Amino acid sequence: MKKLLLGNAAVARGAYEAGVKVVSSYPGTPSTEITENIAKYDEIYSEWAPNEKVAAEVAIGASIAGARAMSCCKHVGLNVMADPVFTVSYIGVNGGLVFCVADDQGMHSSQNEQDSRHYAQASKIPMVEPSDSSECLNFTKAAFELSERFDTPFFVRLSTRVSHSQSLVELSERANDELKPYEKNIPKNVMMPAMAIKRHVVVEERQKALAEFAETTELNTIEDNGSEIGVISAGIAYVYAKEALGEKADFLKLGLIYPMPEKKILDFAKKHKKVYVIEELDPVIETYCKSLGIEVIGKSEFSLLGEYTPAMIKSVVLGEAPAKSAEIGEDIPVRPPVMCAGCPHRGTFYVLKKLGLTVSGDIGCYTLGAVAPLQNVDSVICMGASVSAAHGMAKARGEEFNKKLVSVIGDSTFMHSGITGLIDIVYNKGNNTVIILDNSITGMTGHQDNPTTGRTIKGEPTRQVDLVDLCKACGIDHVVVADPFDIKNFEKVVKEETDRDEPSVIIAQRPCALLKTVKYTGHCEISADKCKNCKMCMKLGCPAISVIDGKVVIDDTQCNGCGLCINVCPFSAIEKKD
Amino acid sequence: MTKKIMIVGVGGQGTLLASRILGNTVIGEGYDVKVSEVHGMSQRGGSVVTYVKYGEKVYSPIIDKGEADIILAFEMLEAMRALPYLKEGGKMIVNTQKMNPMPVITGAAQYPADIDKKISDKVDATLVDALSLAKEAGNTKAVNVVLIGVMAKSTDIPYEKWVETIKTTVPEKFLEVNLKAFELGYKL
Repeated sequence: MKKLLLGNAAVARGAYEAGVKVVSSYPGTPSTEITENIAKYDEIYSEWAPNEKVAAEVAIGASIAGARAMSCCKHVGLNVMADPVFTVSYIGVNGGLVFCVADDQGMHSSQNEQDSRHYAQASKIPMVEPSDSSECLNFTKAAFELSERFDTPFFVRLSTRVSHSQSLVELSERANDELKPYEKNIPKNVMMPAMAIKRHVVVEERQKALAEFAETTELNTIEDNGSEIGVISAGIAYVYAKEALGEKADFLKLGLIYPMPEKKILDFAKKHKKVYVIEELDPVIETYCKSLGIEVIGKSEFSLLGEYTPAMIKSVVLGEAPAKSAEIGEDIPVRPPVMCAGCPHRGTFYVLKKLGLTVSGDIGCYTLGAVAPLQNVDSVICMGASVSAAHGMAKARGEEFNKKLVSVIGDSTFMHSGITGLIDIVYNKGNNTVIILDNSITGMTGHQDNPTTGRTIKGEPTRQVDLVDLCKACGIDHVVVADPFDIKNFEKVVKEETDRDEPSVIIAQRPCALLKTVKYTGHCEISADKCKNCKMCMKLGCPAISVIDGKVVIDDTQCNGCGLCINVCPFSAIEKKD
Repeated sequence: MTKKIMIVGVGGQGTLLASRILGNTVIGEGYDVKVSEVHGMSQRGGSVVTYVKYGEKVYSPIIDKGEADIILAFEMLEAMRALPYLKEGGKMIVNTQKMNPMPVITGAAQYPADIDKKISDKVDATLVDALSLAKEAGNTKAVNVVLIGVMAKSTDIPYEKWVETIKTTVPEKFLEVNLKAFELGYKL
């Protein structure tokens, strides 16, 4: 049966058909839907872990115990899981083990644009890269099988456009998912120097076997169109190249992108006058080709930045101009993402801005607090860094600076890696104030449950981690829960806690406005008689409030009636209507 | 020949559902299909673009400038932004709704004046007050399905096929509103 599936759903289907039994992941765009789709299969145990390192270790444990297992993350998530990943390369697998990593070329929803292919080389773990949903399914299945055949974990590398494009796939039945026997095997599974020294030898032997396999595998394909131009490509870049060049070039498409097939590449290059390497981000294939002494054309003509398009490739390889099109004819305003109407974070940032605080920010919807008009995030690095970086800022600049400094971090991000920073503050005598933005969900990635929501990935009730108890157990004596929409009280709380000569945590509690359980009703309306046009409400940066013909108005199609603007209007000019 | 349709709008307007209805309808017709979506941060009130391509064999999921046969624009400023993507002789269907982006709200930029005229002067555009039609259907959120209705009329896929897909794509409790919205758009 043919079905239209998102790349991520196809990876999930491939894992299902391969008989995967355990999947543990942390959400991250563009990888999230893989695990969300896995959760729909009752035959598979799946979970959201607090972070990618934990997730990878759960999958590794399941593999050692004899199950096929998988962990999925975005490119920066792989940094978090890197520690166990590098060592499980030495251990190998019992049940097939797959790490699925989705890069975000163009940074649609990420803080950097790193190329995960470097990890394959660095950890000596083979990597496949699909170009469409059908390959997502088939390559994932193959990765499980090859993982067991070569006794190695496998990477499946995706990119935003592969993960988030739907295309047709052929479905088949689930394979036998019986557990492999579990046997105690200290030399293989206990990585301490004496054992690891021997396992490194095994890894290097495996590398040779995989290199040989790369020469013959059907994952790598050659398309001979009788052209003098040869193109070596992989993943999403391949489909762009194929669309751009059609039969005007020959193609060596690498499905197995690590290790690469030395002889196959040399042979392909020999048969072509001109060889292009077309790959987004870093020159990984290009560098390899050049190390073989092949003169390929790559990053001298193609960008290191962002996404490619077929038109770009047509222009470089064929010298063809792009299609004619209409021009906009004037500068038009950009439309950057904004916090939604009714977003609980808006109240928090309104207060932080009013108090003129330095804000150490983190990864989530609330990163948008950096955008005008709120513009009140001073730094964002990675998951959890808001807490630890603020500790560093305070230690560098002293207590006076610290009294005007806060960290903001979401509930899920705090569980991910904010808590270790908080422990650092307590242990090393910091006096920071950390604001946990508890919106009852993991928001940015599209509403996933986490340890603080009280529900599992399958929506089943579970023990909820209590943020207040948790912070207190870490040694924070002052933990205050406050509603960020109660502006007056929230401001008072922030002042008190930042003034304190002790560390403190404020839990800004109000659920995400997009949650089905949140039922704001009606919409807000400005009474023209009472409005003095002071524009206090405009400072909220609410997408529903704007000035039209000199008058402040609320767009009732965008307003969800959250009422925050009512709380900031000094003239009581805003009222709730049904 | 591959047909290339671009759907542009503002995050939260339901462009994703529109592209899924479109994608699922055309596979029923036996085509190869690719639908490229946007998830994550860019969904939060920013410009969103999805691509639907179908034909005998589709490789790239994205559409280059000057290539789109049809652009379905959920908002006028986004329609204007997408103008360079329309091919010569292509057709644009534009919802006349205006949503101010943050730079306009903060006063850092102006919403282009006479935007409907500017768009119509440059390309073959059908302007539709989809918001009013969605209200008529019973829910302002059905703008996406109204516009799919308008577009459906300019394809050779029969009415019933679209209705069939809507029935399988839209949740039960919103089905009636959406079928009405589709009809209002189609019969325009």
